[in-house]
This record gives sequence, C-alpha cells and structure tokens, in this order.
Amino acid sequence: MGFDQYHEPPEELPADTRTFARLCASLTEEAEAIGWYEQRIAVEKDPEALAVMRDAQGEEFKHFSMDLEFLLRRAPAWREIAQGILFHAGDIVEHGEEAEAETLEANGPEGEGGYPSGSLRIGSLKGALR
Amino acid sequence: MNHLLRSLAPISDDGWKMLDDDARERLTPALAARRLVDFSGPHGWEYSATNLGRTSPLASAPCDGVSGLARRVLPLVEVRSDFELSLNELRDADRGADDADLEPLDKAAHQIAVAENKAVFHGWHGAMTGIGEASPHKPLPLGAKTDDYPRPVAAAVELLLHNGISGPYGLALGGEQYQQVAQTAEHGGYPLLEHLQKILDGPIVWAPGVGGAVVLSLRGGDFQLESGQDLSIGYLSHDGESVQLYLEESFSFHVATPEAAVVLTA
Repeated sequence: MGFDQYHEPPEELPADTRTFARLCASLTEEAEAIGWYEQRIAVEKDPEALAVMRDAQGEEFKHFSMDLEFLLRRAPAWREIAQGILFHAGDIVEHGEEAEAETLEANGPEGEGGYPSGSLRIGSLKGALR
Repeated sequence: MNHLLRSLAPISDDGWKMLDDDARERLTPALAARRLVDFSGPHGWEYSATNLGRTSPLASAPCDGVSGLARRVLPLVEVRSDFELSLNELRDADRGADDADLEPLDKAAHQIAVAENKAVFHGWHGAMTGIGEASPHKPLPLGAKTDDYPRPVAAAVELLLHNGISGPYGLALGGEQYQQVAQTAEHGGYPLLEHLQKILDGPIVWAPGVGGAVVLSLRGGDFQLESGQDLSIGYLSHDGESVQLYLEESFSFHVATPEAAVVLTA
C-alpha cells in the first residue's frame, strides 16, 4: 500500500494533518469514481445495468459529500469560501472571486487549513518528536 | 484583519515572523497535554462550547402537553498572557540583529503553556475538570528518590490494565521530576528514562506546571482537548517606546474515561 497522499514526510506531520490528507485523497477518489460512472452511464444501453450504475454513482455522490463536509469542518477558511459559492444561482466565477476576497480580507493571506492569520499553527503534538 | 488586530501593530512582516517563530519554539516543548491527549480543532474564535451530548431537566414547559430538556455544553475558556516588547529591540531585529530581547514573550509563552497543562492535568475550578480530579484511582506515591519511580509507574500501568484500559501509555512528569529522571542512571548505568519508556511502551513528557506525575492511556478517545482559537499572538496597543501584545487561545477539556489515568504524587 502506498502513502501518496503525503507530500511531506508523514512522521513530521501532526496527526490531524495526516487525517486531513487522507480525506483529501478520499475526496479525489470519489470525484474520479463519479466521473467514471458518468462516462459508463453515457454509453450503456442495457436499462438494468444503467439502473445499477446510477445507484452506484449515487453512493459516490454521498461519499464525496461526506468527505467534503468533513474537510470543510476542519478548514474554516475553505468552508467560508465554499459558503459563498455552493448552492447559489448566478455566475460561479463571480461568486468565487467575491468569496475568496471576503475570506482573505477577514482572515489575512495566511487564513487556510483551519488556522486564521496570526495563529502559531501548533495544533496536536501527539506522536510528535521533541 | 481579524480580532487579533495584528496589522495595527508597529511591527514589520519580518518582525511578526520572528515573534511567531520564537513563541512556537518556546511553546512546543512545554505543551505537554497536546502530546498526550486527543486534540480537536481549531474550530475558530467564534466557537464557544463543546457538545457533551447530555441534557438537564427543565422544571416547567411553555404549555400543557409538552416537556423540555436543556442541552448541557462545556464552555470554552479564553486564556491570555500579556507581554510588552521594546520597539527599539524590534527595529534592531529589522536591521539584522540576531539577539533581540524577547524575554517577555518567552515568559508569556511559558505561562500560557503552564496554564494549559495545569487545566488539563489538575483542572480549572469553575471551568473544567482535569485528568487528576476525574481519575477514580487512588493516587500512588512516586517515591522519595528517582530510583523508586519504576515501581509506581509499573503499578499504575498494571492498574490501568486491570481496568481494561489498553496502552500504549504516556507519563506526564512535572518539571522538577522530569529533570531528575533525565539526569538519573540506575544501578548498572541503564538510563532511568529508557527503563520507564519500556514499562509504558510510550513517551515520557516534560510537563511544566504539573505537580508529581500522571500515567495515562494514549489509545485515544479518553481525553479531549478541543481548541477554538489555537495559540496566537495579538496586538493590544503601543506608544513611542514599546508595544503591548498578548498570547491567547480558547479551549475546553473533557474527560470521557476517568479510569484511563492514574495520578502519581511527588
């Protein structure tokens, strides 16, 4: 089994960052699966097979949404930007630019990963080396 | 700008980086609780209470035919340690001085680490119950000499095992006890620190502010430190000579399994 979700040495990462990375990897996998089912459904002619694949794709929608919600709970700045974009009618890019500008203005340029600007970003030290 | 108001301070970007780096360097070794208990968050400065999943009965109802329950929550506490730095020292650091006097920051960092450790291990009256207060086990004496320590530590581990609390286990040692242990080689030259680590199958942590020691399970799910705002430096005010800053965090601490820790008294 590989550990490709880690960009930095895992032993140097705090436990909550490793968990965050795992869920990011999971989110990517669910999005890929949704795309694959979309392609399969587009070409399938057998109605019974189509029903099975639509059901399976629904599972991936659920998994993706759960992963996303978990990550948004752990990353307030990400959540704040997402709240300005998701489930709003209108121009997506415009909403994105506005949400990003408002969030960065509120939190400063370092506002990411659950830590507002000014945080020392210490978090959990469980398992950390001295 | 957020509530820390950092951009109002007469401090350069490099100056802020120096202060943040210094504070992190001082805090990280001293934050013993975070090495031993579960950590959740940070959930943000606006986050005010931990859900306990418990309710309290209400004496009355708005009308006949209904009943009500009040949710019980554990409020987060705000902890702040103020300090003052000389503007001349900060200006010299901007010029490249590598020996800026940051002692007031170092002192504040130590104080806030001690406060967090004390709150988690010994409790904070009116705010949260500490591990030692919650533990139902009778405290065990550490012994007069450091050579005596392996016996009570092993007894604590055995007590936890008897109560179905699996390991690995960690040992939070008060500052004085940690220093003595670190300097002690037992008969035969085997370092005491390594002997204790073998008994625990886990870390021994320097815990300034803790009186005596605490042995606790590290299996997870027993002790939870919930962070609202993680440790941050904020700005208060300044004049021509100095700038007033503060270190601050908000957190709660909850013991889910009181049996998962044993206190060792000095």
